[in-house]
Amino acid sequence: MAQINLQNVNKSFGPGVPLAVNDLTLTIEDGEFLVLLGPSGCGKTTTLRMIAGLERQTTGDIRIGERVVNDLRPGDRDIAFVFQFYALYPHLSVRDNIAFPLKAQNLPTEEVNRRVMDVAERLRITHILKSNPGRLPGGEQQRVALGRAMVRQPQAFLMDEPLTNLDASLRADMRVELKHLQHTLGTTMVYVTHDQIEAMSMSHRIAVMDRGVLQQVDTPLNIYRHPQTLFVATFIGSPPMNIVHGRMVGARFVAGDGQFWVELPPAARQYTQHDKRVSFGIRAEDITVGAPGGAGMAGNVVVREPLGDETVYVVSVAGKTLTAKTPPRIRFNPGENVSVKLDPAAIHLFDGDSGRALLPEGWSKHV
Amino acid sequence: MRIAKQAGFYVLLGLVLIFFTFPLYWIVASSFKERADVISSVPKLVPFVDFTPTTNNYRDIFFRAETTTGEGSTVSASADVSGFRDRLVNSVIITGASTLLAVFFGTLTAYAVSRFTIPLESDLMFFVLSTRMLPPIVVLIPVFVLFNDLGLRDSYFGLILLYTSFNLPFVVWIMKGFFDEIPREYEEAAMMDGYSRFQAIYKIVIPEAIPAMAATAVFSIIVSWNEFVLANFLNRDAASTVPPYLNSIIGVGAVEWGRLAAASVVFVLPVVVFTFLVRNHLLRGVTFGAVRR
Repeated sequence: MAQINLQNVNKSFGPGVPLAVNDLTLTIEDGEFLVLLGPSGCGKTTTLRMIAGLERQTTGDIRIGERVVNDLRPGDRDIAFVFQFYALYPHLSVRDNIAFPLKAQNLPTEEVNRRVMDVAERLRITHILKSNPGRLPGGEQQRVALGRAMVRQPQAFLMDEPLTNLDASLRADMRVELKHLQHTLGTTMVYVTHDQIEAMSMSHRIAVMDRGVLQQVDTPLNIYRHPQTLFVATFIGSPPMNIVHGRMVGARFVAGDGQFWVELPPAARQYTQHDKRVSFGIRAEDITVGAPGGAGMAGNVVVREPLGDETVYVVSVAGKTLTAKTPPRIRFNPGENVSVKLDPAAIHLFDGDSGRALLPEGWSKHV
Repeated sequence: MRIAKQAGFYVLLGLVLIFFTFPLYWIVASSFKERADVISSVPKLVPFVDFTPTTNNYRDIFFRAETTTGEGSTVSASADVSGFRDRLVNSVIITGASTLLAVFFGTLTAYAVSRFTIPLESDLMFFVLSTRMLPPIVVLIPVFVLFNDLGLRDSYFGLILLYTSFNLPFVVWIMKGFFDEIPREYEEAAMMDGYSRFQAIYKIVIPEAIPAMAATAVFSIIVSWNEFVLANFLNRDAASTVPPYLNSIIGVGAVEWGRLAAASVVFVLPVVVFTFLVRNHLLRGVTFGAVRR
């Protein structure tokens, strides 16, 4: 069990190439389940590999527990890594695969056998211990890879998209199981994924990265409710947050030729100034679609997507397209005129240049 | 119609098979014939019917310095005849050593090129390959002069060195392609599990690479075993190999066809046996890139 700490870590893959990881400072608490989330190429896997010691950071320090591990070999860092393609040794049986890390420590045979059985029982794979890993279905290969990681009782688990190769239903089961496993073992876990559902459902905290830069670290709900950058706002959530680019005119946000505008609630006005370039954001569930002539802006239904538990409408409002989620009993047909109302307490504003959130957490308590 | 087509196919297959295996059969059959049967103008094909098999030729090449011919006159055979056993041992030593060295160093080189970033990597790889672009006979004279000055003529070491350097480019290229196909996660997993890189190579990569190593070893063996030109000019005496010996049987006096055939059979046998033993590996090694994942 240990805390993992990255201090001003940079990784460069050569001159002329943008930094793969740019000045990353991040602390993963002891026993925490932290997910590194971002699109491909954002630096999340590189970060994981630097913690593992499979890549050397260009500058900065990495600590595991009290130790600075910059110069330690991967095998000396006392952490386990689960690979996306499992990397089970094809010429060894399942039992020998799981025992492999223990043999590196020259443990006595009884101790090795006891720990392998222990892990195998826990993961319910005792019946396949003699099998060749290459012949097993994906879910069982996944368990063997987990077993090989667990058997050493390492200080931390590092996982690189371990569920990507499983089919959808198995993935959902393994999500639950992994979360439960991490909870019972209490071992620090750093988990890389590009799948926001995995990130939201499993983690204690999510670290969102984009182009090598850490965007935000927070609990899943805070990431969803209070995105600190435009990137986080659009990356998290399905459908993604509605974003309209424009500028401030007095207390109004105005977009395009001026037809689309939103009056900011008084509590939000102090965080922006006249003529400032801003991006306006609102989540689909914070938009209400109603009968024409009602409160709000006049709009027109473009697409209706009935999902059963809710219905998603894509509506055109003053030349802009917004996505709204409504309860399933509200029904409008494509082409119908509607009224579109935005929840004033649920709006987001981002700086037009830096993309940083302009409204601080908790501003809407005064709306 | 379909049956006719299939029958035609098998007839064609049979003809091709006969075309390729008949010369081998002829050599094997001749090796068991008395001289009169070998030079008979009516082909004698079937043992026990056309001719009575004899093992005299084999006895001769292994144990006799001279022999009597079918005509009853004693022909003094060349000194080469008695040397067959020594030649065979020389061939085994030189081929075995050069194959082991080529596969060992070639595998290490290929691993390094495959896994690490090396400056001018593609130029280096091309340079390695380019040493195979000219036939050995082109460098025969410089090598001869060089070996003469260095005292490497008529030594095991000289030919081992030459054959190793001939086979290295081949091993490096084949093994590099092979290592490129092995996901590097295997070594990384082993390194995470507490092993050093060398231990990871030894415990994980090499067991995976054995089929490819076997395949390259077979090709190296065939090249070294059959090499004639350099062996003929550089090693004439103590460390001479079998191919020049076969040639010398033809060149001295009346051609001893029976003995030539027997020596050829003994010469071909080890490679056939070895290839047969590793045939499963061979297939896996050659088709590796195609069947994986």
